[in-house]
Amino acid sequence: MPPDSPPAAVAAPAIPALTVQPPPSVFALFFAFAKMSLAGFGGVLAFARRGIVEQHRWMTADEFNETFALCHFLPGPNIVNLSVVFGSRFRGIVGGIAAFAGLVGPPMLLMTALAALYMRYGDIDALRRILAGVSCGAVGLLISAVFKMMLPLLRRRDAAALAVMAVVFVAIGVARLPLQAVLLVAVPASIAITYVMRWRGAA
Amino acid sequence: MNGDANPVWTLVWTFGLMSLFAVGGANAAIPEMHRIAVDVRHWMTDREFADIYAISQLSPGPNVLIVTLIGYSVAGFGGALAATLAMCVPTAALAYVVSRWLTRSRQSRWPALIQASLVPLSIGLMGASALIVAQAADRTWAAVLATVAAAVLAASTRLNPLWLLMVGGFLGFAGVI
Repeated sequence: MPPDSPPAAVAAPAIPALTVQPPPSVFALFFAFAKMSLAGFGGVLAFARRGIVEQHRWMTADEFNETFALCHFLPGPNIVNLSVVFGSRFRGIVGGIAAFAGLVGPPMLLMTALAALYMRYGDIDALRRILAGVSCGAVGLLISAVFKMMLPLLRRRDAAALAVMAVVFVAIGVARLPLQAVLLVAVPASIAITYVMRWRGAA
Repeated sequence: MNGDANPVWTLVWTFGLMSLFAVGGANAAIPEMHRIAVDVRHWMTDREFADIYAISQLSPGPNVLIVTLIGYSVAGFGGALAATLAMCVPTAALAYVVSRWLTRSRQSRWPALIQASLVPLSIGLMGASALIVAQAADRTWAAVLATVAAAVLAASTRLNPLWLLMVGGFLGFAGVI
């Protein structure tokens, strides 16, 4: 989001072309989300933002950020939540289902085909070696995503947030405790810590 | 495959329940998927889990579709469909209801506070995901090195992630990793 938000903010008052386009039809929702999804290697968010805000202009950059923030704070796969919230905003429940089906349907069929190939040929040595190499790259991507998410906390020297993060990391990653139990403790604790820190910051 | 119950229903309630706790998205739920699929239900080995993670990253679409692969390996196409819908539909319905409700009550400051307090949790969960998949994938020093190199490249350049995955696959094929 940072790379393209400054030009949009500068251009917004001057250029009327940035106004939002008429609401999409149910079919347009399905195909737009299918296209974003199939383009989305390593996550769909960047492609969804480009499609919705820049290409189709169904939402302004701010509307998109607000919608995504909501979907990020709710449980479940963010981008799936986004598709349903987005689709239903324009075309009700049917629109939500259409966007969801577009996002999940085509890549799911592709994934199932890959799974079938893996079950059949997964033991072949060359494929094993290729997958081992791909896993290394995939883990590297995940580590870099975690690092990028940590940057704002590091810059703010937000010790409380970094401590909560470290505790969750150790509880789940090292001690391998069940997710539900950890979240049951960590979510209220983190909300309380954030509340106290803000209250002290304001005072 | 466990004999005591229909595996499709086991998939449905396992992932349906998991999705409601999956704060921070699909990548944050990887440790729990690993714990259930490998340690609790013995649906697959550690190595198979690393493999399907690689496949899910190699193909387009939302990251959550790793559950499609888990579902398929447990119960074929029906399992794939059941696991995917179970992971997506309950929280999507929740998102639909909450977004309706929030557009009516805009000015509350609680959503922003709760959101800010969930950020460190979701980063911690994703870090744990990275550790667990790395332990399964990085069996040799060359593999560790390749992982570190991919992480540094992805963090410092705007390279399309697909290139990193393809180079990894090529190095693996050549027997380097």
